[in-house]
Amino acid sequence: MSENLAIEARGLAKAYGSTRALDGLDLDVQRGVILGMLGPNGAGKTTTVRVLTTLLRPDSGTARVAGFDLATDAAQVRRRIGLTGQYAALDEYLTGRANLIMIGQLGRLSGRQARTQAAELLERFDLTGAADRGVKTYSGGMRRRLDLAASLMTRPEILFLDEPTTGLDLPSRMATWESVRELADTGTTVMLTTQYLDEAEQLASRIAVVDRGKVIAEGTPTELKNRIGGQRIRLTVESASSLGEAAAVLARYADEPPRTDRALRLIDAPVTAAARQMPAIVRELDAAGVLLDDLAIRQPSLDDVFLTLTGHRAEPEAGDHDALVLAGAQVQEQI
Amino acid sequence: MAAIALPGVSLAPETALTRFWWAIKDTWVLTRRSIARIVREPEQLSDVTIQPVIFVLLFTYVFGSAILLPGGGSYHQYLISGMFGMTMAGSAPGTAVGLTTDMSTGLIDRFRSLPMSRSAVLAGRTVADLLTQIIGIVVLSATGLAVGWRIHNGFGDALLAAGLALLFAFAMTWAGACAGMLIRSPEAAQALGFIVFLPLSFVSNAFVPTQGMPSWLRAFANWNPMSAVAASCRELFGGPNPAKLVSAWPMQHPELAVVIWSVALIAIFAPTAVFLFRRKVLR
Repeated sequence: MSENLAIEARGLAKAYGSTRALDGLDLDVQRGVILGMLGPNGAGKTTTVRVLTTLLRPDSGTARVAGFDLATDAAQVRRRIGLTGQYAALDEYLTGRANLIMIGQLGRLSGRQARTQAAELLERFDLTGAADRGVKTYSGGMRRRLDLAASLMTRPEILFLDEPTTGLDLPSRMATWESVRELADTGTTVMLTTQYLDEAEQLASRIAVVDRGKVIAEGTPTELKNRIGGQRIRLTVESASSLGEAAAVLARYADEPPRTDRALRLIDAPVTAAARQMPAIVRELDAAGVLLDDLAIRQPSLDDVFLTLTGHRAEPEAGDHDALVLAGAQVQEQI
Repeated sequence: MAAIALPGVSLAPETALTRFWWAIKDTWVLTRRSIARIVREPEQLSDVTIQPVIFVLLFTYVFGSAILLPGGGSYHQYLISGMFGMTMAGSAPGTAVGLTTDMSTGLIDRFRSLPMSRSAVLAGRTVADLLTQIIGIVVLSATGLAVGWRIHNGFGDALLAAGLALLFAFAMTWAGACAGMLIRSPEAAQALGFIVFLPLSFVSNAFVPTQGMPSWLRAFANWNPMSAVAASCRELFGGPNPAKLVSAWPMQHPELAVVIWSVALIAIFAPTAVFLFRRKVLR
């Protein structure tokens, strides 16, 4: 056992009937790291979080969290973790402040400590004005902030966030990210699950890609991107009828067969020394009579990583739109 | 192993005694939570406020005129003790509704990820529901006094009657906690109140003496713990208690019967509820 590991999971398995939610999941998370667990719906992200936070017993496999075995020392684990699940775990009828104090006291703070800590967190999450209103009156973003504050009441060593920004608008998402970063700066280990590639990319120092109940790749975002090769060329043709010809041209320069998206009239492929080869590609496309709407050299995205590793996209909706949404308001005009 | 010292959160291993102490503290924190909820949403109290008033008025003025008690005596004096039994039994569906509501939110997961006592999740609810039953007793007594019910045997006996009623209410909240663990939705828990607890309340001496019931039903009614609650209240408040004429053991010793019934029900339902809770949440 390593002292430096916040989370150490070996061969976790959990089945619901014939569905294998976890199928031999291994995971190591160093202390002080933000680990982003990335995967599509049903990949086993939430099940992993529920097992690691002692809410669910795995059918087989072992795990240590904060150095304690889940199977034999669950109580010790609970004293060192915080959890914010997918659904706000708050009492609707209580005020925001009363929720925090209650959770602090159940987390073994004294009444006075709980009140002080609650006031601090309300301030930090910009909820002081609404602190003494019922949670029922809170907006979605406020609930999420309160929920996050609640999981920090006991100052956990390891914080688990299950899809912390699903359903939030952009300003609320960015505020949540900011809080998570601040936490990590103070030495808290954070494990968050997400289906948003940009979220993983923005926040996580390490990423574990999960698919069908297993971790299929783990590393820093850069490592993962390097693993699938370097620069890529992406072009958008003016008319879908010329997709075939354009793909044939790109295929001659690409390191692997190009991917085609008919709906978006996109062709995309990894190309070694893309900038140097670009003029030749453009000349050939021109000679073939292909009219282009857009042509770009780009770095591989996590979506490429995901697609390459799993054969399907991470997000049900379109690929790397999110990265652009994040960058600002100029959403996707070039397509 | 080098544990990081965190302010406030003790990381030392626990003994059985400290665990018990924490269970009581956690129960109290969650009891206060339930009470705070009621303050913000007083409609939750209708079971112990509006409902007893309506029943007392209905039975006193609609049915009361047609009910003759064996041995004589006024019906409203008879009725209020029966209402004590019925209102206390009503705590069961209330607890079931409260717990199914809790279980349907993410709050239970948060509780379970905290180093808190598991049984406190249930005990906090049952203790809060017990405390609201005190309101039920006050409302019921006030309504009773308004329609002519009186305490004849002194304040001490009346307090003893209220204490026995509350003991029974606590037993019933644990029955409700079990039901709450077996049922999925708050609506189903509500329905259970009407389908199970209401009929069970009526097959007793709460509203009419058992003497006129068919013999198989009479046997059930005489052994129904609610009959013991009603009979013990009648004995302690004073006034007509036709159950004295019934030879069944609980009707001859109603106070002792209430204690035995309640302790037995708590001994069965409390551990069962905690067991069902653990089983339910670990899936």
